[in-house]
Amino acid sequence: MRVLRELIRRPSALFGLIVVAIVLLAALFAPWIVHFSPDNQLTDGLSLEGAPLPPSGEHLFGTDTLGRDLFSRVLFGARTSLIIGLVANGVAVAIGLLVGLLAGYLRGTVGNLLMRFTDLMMAFPALLLAIALAALLKPSLWIVAMVIALVNWVQVARIVYTETRGLVERDFIVAERSLGAGNGRIIFLHILPHLMPTAIVWGTLGIATTVLLEATLSFLGIGVQPPQPSWGNIIFESQSYFQDAPWLVFIPGAIILATALSFNLIGDALRDILDPTQRGRL
Amino acid sequence: MTVFLARRLVQAVLILLGVAAITFLLLYYLPADPAVLIAGRSATPQMVAAIRHELGLDQPLVMQFLHYVGSLLHGDLGRSYTQKTEVLPLILARLPATLLLMAAGIVVEVALGLTFGIISAVWRGGFVDRSIMMLSFVGVSSPQFVVALLLLYVFAATLGWFPMSGFGTARHVVLPALTLGVLGAGWYARMVRSAMIEVLRQDYVRTAHAKGLSGRRVVLSHALPNALLPIIAMVGIDIGQFMSGVVVVEAVYGWPGIGQLAWQAIQQVDVPIIMGVTLVSALAIVLGNLLADFVAPFVDPRIRSQ
Repeated sequence: MRVLRELIRRPSALFGLIVVAIVLLAALFAPWIVHFSPDNQLTDGLSLEGAPLPPSGEHLFGTDTLGRDLFSRVLFGARTSLIIGLVANGVAVAIGLLVGLLAGYLRGTVGNLLMRFTDLMMAFPALLLAIALAALLKPSLWIVAMVIALVNWVQVARIVYTETRGLVERDFIVAERSLGAGNGRIIFLHILPHLMPTAIVWGTLGIATTVLLEATLSFLGIGVQPPQPSWGNIIFESQSYFQDAPWLVFIPGAIILATALSFNLIGDALRDILDPTQRGRL
Repeated sequence: MTVFLARRLVQAVLILLGVAAITFLLLYYLPADPAVLIAGRSATPQMVAAIRHELGLDQPLVMQFLHYVGSLLHGDLGRSYTQKTEVLPLILARLPATLLLMAAGIVVEVALGLTFGIISAVWRGGFVDRSIMMLSFVGVSSPQFVVALLLLYVFAATLGWFPMSGFGTARHVVLPALTLGVLGAGWYARMVRSAMIEVLRQDYVRTAHAKGLSGRRVVLSHALPNALLPIIAMVGIDIGQFMSGVVVVEAVYGWPGIGQLAWQAIQQVDVPIIMGVTLVSALAIVLGNLLADFVAPFVDPRIRSQ
C-alpha cells in the first residue's frame, strides 16, 4: 500500500499506471466494448475502390485492408500482447531468480558453471536467436512466449547473482547458519524475501521489453500468426499500405509505445521507491 | 593487467565455442527438416534420404558437430543448403553493408546520448532534465519497426528528402542509421547523465570551478573524461543489441546486409547460413566486449595500475 501511494505521488508513474489500467481493462472487457468481431470482414468495411476506411465515428480506428474493424482488432490484440508479456516475463524472471540465486548461494564449481553459462547466453544475439527459434518452431502464442522467456532471463540472473553474493556475506545469514538452519531454510526464508524488490522491479521493466520483442517477432511474421490479432502482426499485415493508410501502422504502433513506456515508467519509479541505493541510476 | 586481458581472451574463445555448440544443438533438434524442405513437396522418401545423406544429416550428432568445428577452425562455415555455395563468402559479401550501418548507428547513438546526457546532468532536477529523461524513456520504449516506418512516412514518402529504400549513396544511410541510433540514444543519455552527476559531485570538480575555469571547460575537459568509462563498456555490450536491431532495420529499409541474409535463410531453413550469421554476430559481441576491456586502461589510468 505504501508503495502504491508513493507511486501515485509521482506524475510519470501515475501516467504509467493509468495507461496500464486502461490497456488491462480494454483487454479484459474487449468483447463487451467492441461493436464488431475482430475477424469479421465487414461488407461495408472497405471503400468502393476497395481501400481501407480511415478513422470515423463508426470505426474509431478505421478499418484494415480486409475490411475488419481496427479498433476491435487492437483491443483483442491487447489480450495476446499482454498474455505474452506477463507469461513470458514471469517465466524469465523465475528462471533468472533460480539461476542467479543458486549461482550466488552455492558459488564453487556449480555457481561458476551457472555464471559461465549466463555469460555465454549474453554473447548470443538475442533477437537473432529468438527469430531462428520462432521461425523454426512453427510459431504459436505459447511458443513465442517461451522463446522470449528463453532469451530474457539472462539479465535478471546476473543482477540476482550479484545481490545474492552480497547477501550471503551478511551477518544475519551467518548467524542463521550458525544456529543450524539448512540451506533450504536460508534460501527461501531469508534470502528470497530480500530479492523480492529486485524481482518486482525487473518484472515490471521486463514486461516493456517483452511487449516490444513480441511485437517485433510478430512484425517479422514469425510471432503470433494471423488471423489471431496481436499488436505486432496488425502492423505486419498492413505495413506495405503505410503510405495510403498510415493509421493501420501508426495507431497500433503508438499503443505499443505507450504500453512499453508505461511499464518502463512504473518500473523506474518502483526502483526508486524499493531500492534507495539505486536512486538516480539507470 | 596483462593476466586479466589474457584471461578475457581465453574466455572469449570458450564462449564462441559454447555459442557454436548451443546453436548447433538447437538447430539440429528442431522439427523442421531441411532435407524435406529442399526436396520439395512431391519428393519420395528415397529422395529425401539421399539429400540427407548428401548433406551429412544422417550421421550421429556428435560426428556432425566435430566435423563442423573441425572445418570452422579452417575458416570454413560449410555450404548453404539452398544457394549451393560456401557460407563464408556469402556472409563476407554482406558484412561491409552491415558494418557501415552499425558504425553510422553508433555515431548517432553516442552523439545524441552524450549531448543530452551532459545537458541533463548539468541542469539536473530542472525542466530541461525532466523533459530529456522523459524523452529518453520514449526512445527506449519505441518499437524499432514503428520508428523505421514513421521515419519513412515523414522523411521519405511525405517530404521526399530521403529515398524509401536501397543502398549506395550517403542519403540511403541516414534513415536506417537514425532508426538504429534513436533507440539506444535513450540508454546512453541515462548512462551519461548518472555517470556525470557522480563525477560532478567530486572535490576536484569543485576545485576546478574554484580556480575560475569556465563552466564549459570544467564539464567538458575535467568531468567528462572520467564519466566516459561506463559509456565505453556500454558500446561493447551494445554491439549485441545492434546485431539484433540490424535484422529489423535491414528488413524495413531493404538494406543488403547480413540481417537480410539471416532473415532469408531462416525462412528457407538454411541452417548453415543461420549458424554462420549467429557465429559472426557472437564474434562481434565478444570482440566488442574485449575491445571495451582493452580500451578501458587507456582511458582510465586507475585501471592500468590495478
